[in-house]
Amino acid sequence: MSEREFLRPRWRRGDMTIAEKLWQISWSYVLIIAVIAGIGVIMLYSAGNGSFDPWASRHAIRFAVGLGVMLTVALIDIRLILRYAYLLYAATLVLLVGVELMGHVGMGAQRWIDLGFFHLQPSEVMKIVLVLALARFFHGTDIEQVGRPTVLLVPLLMVAAPAVLVLRQPDLGTALMMVMGAGVIFFLAGVRLWKFGVVLAAALAALPLAWSLLLHDYQKNRVRTFLDPERDPLGAGYHIIQSKIALGSGGIWGKGFLAGTQSHLEFLPERQTDFIFTMLAEERGMIGGLVLLALYALVMVYGYLFALRSQHQFGRLVVLGVSTTFFLYVFINVAMVMGLIPVVGVPLPLISYGGTVMLSLMVGFGLILSVWVHRDVEMGRHG
Amino acid sequence: MDRTSDRGRLLTRRAALLGAGQLGLFGLLVGRMYYLQVVEAERYRVLAEENRINIRLLPPPRGPIVDRNGIKLAINRQNFRVLVVREDIVDLEATLGKLARIVPLSDYDRQRVLREVGRRRSFVPVPVRENLTWEEMARIQVNAHDLPGVLIDEGQTRHYEHGPAMAHLMGYVAAVSEEDLAAARGADPLLELPGFKIGKAGVEREFDLALRGKSGSKRVEVNARGREIRELEREEGEPGGQLALTLDINLQQFAADRLGQESASCVVMDIHSGEVLAMTSTPAFDPNAFTRGLSSQEWKALLDNPRAPLTPKAIAGQYAPGSTFKMVVALAALEAGVIKPEQTVWCPGHMTLGNARFHCWKRQGHGHVSLVQALAQSCDVYFYEVAKRTGIERIADMARRFGLGSAPDIVLRGVRGGLIPTKAWKQATLGEGWHQGETLIAGIGQGYVLATPLQLALMTARLANGGRRVDPVLTRQVMVDGHLAPRPVATPESLGVSRHSLNLVRQGMHEVVHGRRGTARGAALPEELGEMCGKTGTAQVRRITRAEREAGVTRNEDLPWERRDHALFVCYAPADKPRYAVAVVVEHGGGGSAVAAPIARDVMIETLRLDSAAPRRPEGDLKA
Repeated sequence: MSEREFLRPRWRRGDMTIAEKLWQISWSYVLIIAVIAGIGVIMLYSAGNGSFDPWASRHAIRFAVGLGVMLTVALIDIRLILRYAYLLYAATLVLLVGVELMGHVGMGAQRWIDLGFFHLQPSEVMKIVLVLALARFFHGTDIEQVGRPTVLLVPLLMVAAPAVLVLRQPDLGTALMMVMGAGVIFFLAGVRLWKFGVVLAAALAALPLAWSLLLHDYQKNRVRTFLDPERDPLGAGYHIIQSKIALGSGGIWGKGFLAGTQSHLEFLPERQTDFIFTMLAEERGMIGGLVLLALYALVMVYGYLFALRSQHQFGRLVVLGVSTTFFLYVFINVAMVMGLIPVVGVPLPLISYGGTVMLSLMVGFGLILSVWVHRDVEMGRHG
Repeated sequence: MDRTSDRGRLLTRRAALLGAGQLGLFGLLVGRMYYLQVVEAERYRVLAEENRINIRLLPPPRGPIVDRNGIKLAINRQNFRVLVVREDIVDLEATLGKLARIVPLSDYDRQRVLREVGRRRSFVPVPVRENLTWEEMARIQVNAHDLPGVLIDEGQTRHYEHGPAMAHLMGYVAAVSEEDLAAARGADPLLELPGFKIGKAGVEREFDLALRGKSGSKRVEVNARGREIRELEREEGEPGGQLALTLDINLQQFAADRLGQESASCVVMDIHSGEVLAMTSTPAFDPNAFTRGLSSQEWKALLDNPRAPLTPKAIAGQYAPGSTFKMVVALAALEAGVIKPEQTVWCPGHMTLGNARFHCWKRQGHGHVSLVQALAQSCDVYFYEVAKRTGIERIADMARRFGLGSAPDIVLRGVRGGLIPTKAWKQATLGEGWHQGETLIAGIGQGYVLATPLQLALMTARLANGGRRVDPVLTRQVMVDGHLAPRPVATPESLGVSRHSLNLVRQGMHEVVHGRRGTARGAALPEELGEMCGKTGTAQVRRITRAEREAGVTRNEDLPWERRDHALFVCYAPADKPRYAVAVVVEHGGGGSAVAAPIARDVMIETLRLDSAAPRRPEGDLKA
């Protein structure tokens, strides 16, 4: 009888000491995340033209803080998280409304709340909190209930409310990410595929309407420019053309650390945030890009393993939901800088400079770890 | 529990699908990376290099212009200017306002700066004002903390020493215009450089290519906004060549000062080489003002001045030559054999042709005059008679041989050719037949006959050098393929006029100055400089009616300025061994002997004085 077998009954009750929980944390997972963040620090050092100032050092500090937050969250009992999921959701929704109201006063497209030491972007927090709320909802429904369209109305509203608010900010990228992340949870929860078909068809039908009513001119331009970047090589298409030149000229092995001409001579826009992958690929070549993608894939793989070992639906949905959000960040950002999809303001997780994303991602990883630590906990419908 | 595990199995299945989907999307990213970074890598490498590397032009210094003794006439002068850099300024208008309180700024300057700033990239400094004084510079420096984005730098501007004296010949440089760009058709990239200036008039314009030099270039690494990061490679250009004029600036300045505020011009020419030692036209303007940029008031003042400061009168002013034309008439008659030198003509003060009466300037007449006497006393009746016998065609032919009637071949624009009338010319332009009376009038250099001061000097030079076809020359070099080369030595051919005839005319010109009854007796040179030959001319610009003539011709001094006669004088010296010819025309100056001759004498004195003072330059020393 192994130690684990011996402990299991007590663990099922959720009765674990802090030391036991710490022991249960997947430290290899933490290590991978730290390695990725380390790459982030190195790239931001290069983005600062060989200086820790202004980005690399602050990124490192934020990651260290985030690491603490992540481990703290990992220790929180998963049932507690289940219990407060709706409350967190409601609170974040209030913040989103608050930003919406302040936005009219502020710079027109304000997305953050000034906390003094920190600019909090409620939309980033919502990406994670929405996963929690939906996971709690589907945790409490069985397959038959999921089959009933009226039951799905509630989670649909839970997605639609923040998505519309975010779209009005206007932040198309985040809104789409929320919808896609939520869609994955619906899918995992067992919603029939034809229903996705119906929603998709309805969305396509509504597209012309959305184009004229919801999208701002600059968003329309981004889509048009995506379809034909050379349309306006000095205007909207400039970023993506320069990004492709930077990537392509990096070749297989790259131009060397701090030697990316496109990045350092400022042909590349936003090299410390949205276009940092381009800079990595310019200086470190395709090899560098592949290594980073492999690390991201590894994070995903861990997620699947954690999810499948979880004894409760809530945990499974939380892990896969957060992992999928993480995946969407990576995919949208990398596809965007390579000109596969239109330019949307989505950062590269753990690498791009930015506080809220880092914090919400670390909270997300903390939740994943919490599910892993509490994988054997028995959970009722309401925790 | 069953239901829960059903749910679990479904989730596992769907998670596998999701994983496969995500893997597929990652595969898509990897494929795209492969396409961009391996398949298309070469193309993007080239594009990245094109982004990064820029070729910048290095403007060469403009070549100096010197006089015949190497004295600098046009130089590049260091110039402190104040510039603004858009990207370092929050409110450009406010900054210009502050600047205007420190150094005077015109509205025009402000508008220009705002316009230029809009056109150029934000880091390109735009000049606000040039030629700052030390004091202005110091005031800007003191206020520097209050003026971010305002900087002072040192540039080069063209400066003309002896500005107004040289104005018409030198021309000036100014910014490249759209027309210049179009005319160059992209041949020289220098023209597109902001702030580059090219010759717009005078020799600055005619020799612009040689003075401009060849641009160098440097390859620099630039950032996305075009700011220079470092220099990779440099290729030096070729500075503009030094252009040597034939002018003697001391003489030029002397002549300009001597003419003073008269509307006048003066040409001094070496009779053997045709080199122009001085060629002035007054009043003039300061070419430095053109380089700096004229205000509209200054420009309007120049345009409205009745004495036409913008016109180079020496080459473009066309005047009836008056009596200075009589040498040509005399030569035409002698060569045609229609007169004998000792033959006299009776001058009663007028001559009648048909029912018209032609007056001599001397109302009571000269009595019997021979050729030499007629020249010395400038008897009009004698020349009416001679012209009548010679005929307009032979006079015109002789005039042409002496450089009249066609524009002298000199490297400037706006050189006029004057006018020598013939029967054919009158028929063609006025559609009328020729009257013999017009021949008489032409015989005293009036009527249709016109000549420029340069032509008069040229005519005198050809008379003095024994009838050889010298051409006026302004520069010691010529331009070959955009480079300066020494001027090839020309051997002037003969005009085919007999020495005997020439000597008679020259004897007449000698009598003008030294004869007992010469019209320019006061113009004799100081004894040590030798003797001078000359001819006065007084060109009437109005018609004298019979009534006025009977009442007594109004004296010039009593007429308004613009109706007074032009005063002319041509001369050469020394009489026994001629070297220099001088022509002076004073518009509405009155009488040639009273006004033009003293000026010409003074200029000639200065010419001879400078000639003996300066060491003779060996011929081989002409290279730039």
